[in-house]
Amino acid sequence: MSEQPTLGGATTPSVDRPQASNISGASVRPGDRVFRSAALTAGAIVLVVMAAIAVFLVYRAVPALRDNTANFLTFQQWFPDNDPSTFGIGALLYFTVLTSVLAMIIALPVAVGIALFITYYAPRRASQTLGYFVDLLAAVPSIVYGLWGFAFLAPRMTGLVQFMDKYFGWIPLFDYRPTNVPNNLSPFTASVILAIMILPIISSISREVFRQVPREQVEAALALGATRWEMIRTAVLPFGRAGVTSAAILGLGRALGETLAVTLVLSTAYEVSLHITENGGVTFASNIALKYGEAGEVGTGALIASGLCLFVITLAVNFTANLVIRRQRSA
Amino acid sequence: MAKSIDVSGVDIFYGSFKAVEDVSMTIEPRSVTAFIGPSGCGKSTVLRTLNRMHEVIPGARVEGKVLLDGEDIYGSQVDPVNVRRTIGMVFQKPNPFPTMSIYDNVVAGLKLAGRTRKAQTDEVVERSLRGANLWEEVKDRLAKPGSSLSGGQQQRLCIARAIAVSPQVLLMDEPCSALDPISTLAIEDLISELKERYTIVIVTHNMQQAARVSDRTGFFNLNGVGQPGRLIEMDDTQKIFSNPSNKRTEDYITGRFG
Repeated sequence: MSEQPTLGGATTPSVDRPQASNISGASVRPGDRVFRSAALTAGAIVLVVMAAIAVFLVYRAVPALRDNTANFLTFQQWFPDNDPSTFGIGALLYFTVLTSVLAMIIALPVAVGIALFITYYAPRRASQTLGYFVDLLAAVPSIVYGLWGFAFLAPRMTGLVQFMDKYFGWIPLFDYRPTNVPNNLSPFTASVILAIMILPIISSISREVFRQVPREQVEAALALGATRWEMIRTAVLPFGRAGVTSAAILGLGRALGETLAVTLVLSTAYEVSLHITENGGVTFASNIALKYGEAGEVGTGALIASGLCLFVITLAVNFTANLVIRRQRSA
Repeated sequence: MAKSIDVSGVDIFYGSFKAVEDVSMTIEPRSVTAFIGPSGCGKSTVLRTLNRMHEVIPGARVEGKVLLDGEDIYGSQVDPVNVRRTIGMVFQKPNPFPTMSIYDNVVAGLKLAGRTRKAQTDEVVERSLRGANLWEEVKDRLAKPGSSLSGGQQQRLCIARAIAVSPQVLLMDEPCSALDPISTLAIEDLISELKERYTIVIVTHNMQQAARVSDRTGFFNLNGVGQPGRLIEMDDTQKIFSNPSNKRTEDYITGRFG
């Protein structure tokens, strides 16, 4: 038995050994060992980087939070370098969530419509071209969206905003109170820009989900005498529900952290307001972009503390998306 | 209720490929017709042209005439959706809608047709499930998802779903090929009952099954790979399996090839 290879050490098979013993040895080939450690290192680097970011954020945020004399979670102004230092994420949190959720609500039906059109309506060549252009939307740099939103879209939204004010003004969201003509550097415009920016991710994930609908399900509906829309309702949408939900949440996560476009469009104001078509608003990311240059030591720490909050929110949102996907898989 | 089908001079294409050539046949109401033949001979393709499901595949098209009680289902005024509501279909792989309950699966076709008064649907669900010999097994769990049933039960659920809309004709594309022998027997018994009320066309790979359930049998074959399939012979099942007029049919059913 002594010549049997042991678990730890690989021995070179000798000629006179019966062949059966080759399969009982746990021989680790050098290539496997190298690849294993390379993969392990790569995996570990991700964790180390994540941990380093978290540690850095906490380390820099804590002193500023100690200096803060206002309630960090609810206070709506941002004067970290004043004496006494007062700042809070009330407005940032409110406008970040508001614009992102609104963007998701605007983008979702359009994205699902595009995905359905591409997978079930368009002729094959048209569908490829359209899919390509939708994906191209994701390649446009966000500063370009910002400039476009600020210089092109905002001036052209006046009519829509006045229409909504006139007919839906009884809903606070659409009520425009100032007497001047709206120039739309508002959370509403920011939401529309964000909606366009997250359209590609929601649409391309939905498209993949709709493509995976089993052919038998589609044919089952058609053979029952379903029209195309009825087929989509009975076979495609129920199958794709979880996938589309997680696509929407991923889009939301992307909207939460978007910086440049939002910074350019919003005319910054730290006052929480339901009137989304009025100028104003500020998000976590736009606040950091605006204030970082002029921030003192406490100011920098305060911005980092707000960055930490955004980090946690985005993490939670992405985690939720993963959870939805996993529950779909196990069902 | 049951209607006859008259097929004359039908050619079937996938894009530029001619898959089936020059099929003509007559299918009597309230009878079971079986299509047999080797793989790739076009028997499923012919079946799918009878309710215009063939054209669902991109590039697929049909030439020739298919008359349902004298009315051409490929006429320019005819909506394929209405054809499929009149001619039901059961597929090879049981395909109940996985997110729907057993009850909702049965009424899915009714909902599409817009006939969904509750009292009425309850009655249709019971009648259809009884018709598919499934009622006793599922009557206490109609709210459970259709995917919770066994394969054979799922296939009978699909049959119940197909007959719930009271079709004129029922097409079955190898309905037992994914099932065990006991479930197969249940489906075959069901076919014999259903033919009292429906015109049934069934594609099968199993020649014993064709011999057991059908009144008429059509044998399809092709001359070689890449050649279109043809209807070689169609006759009473008894004659096909005892004394076929075509040599190739005899070779196939006696197991000399295929």
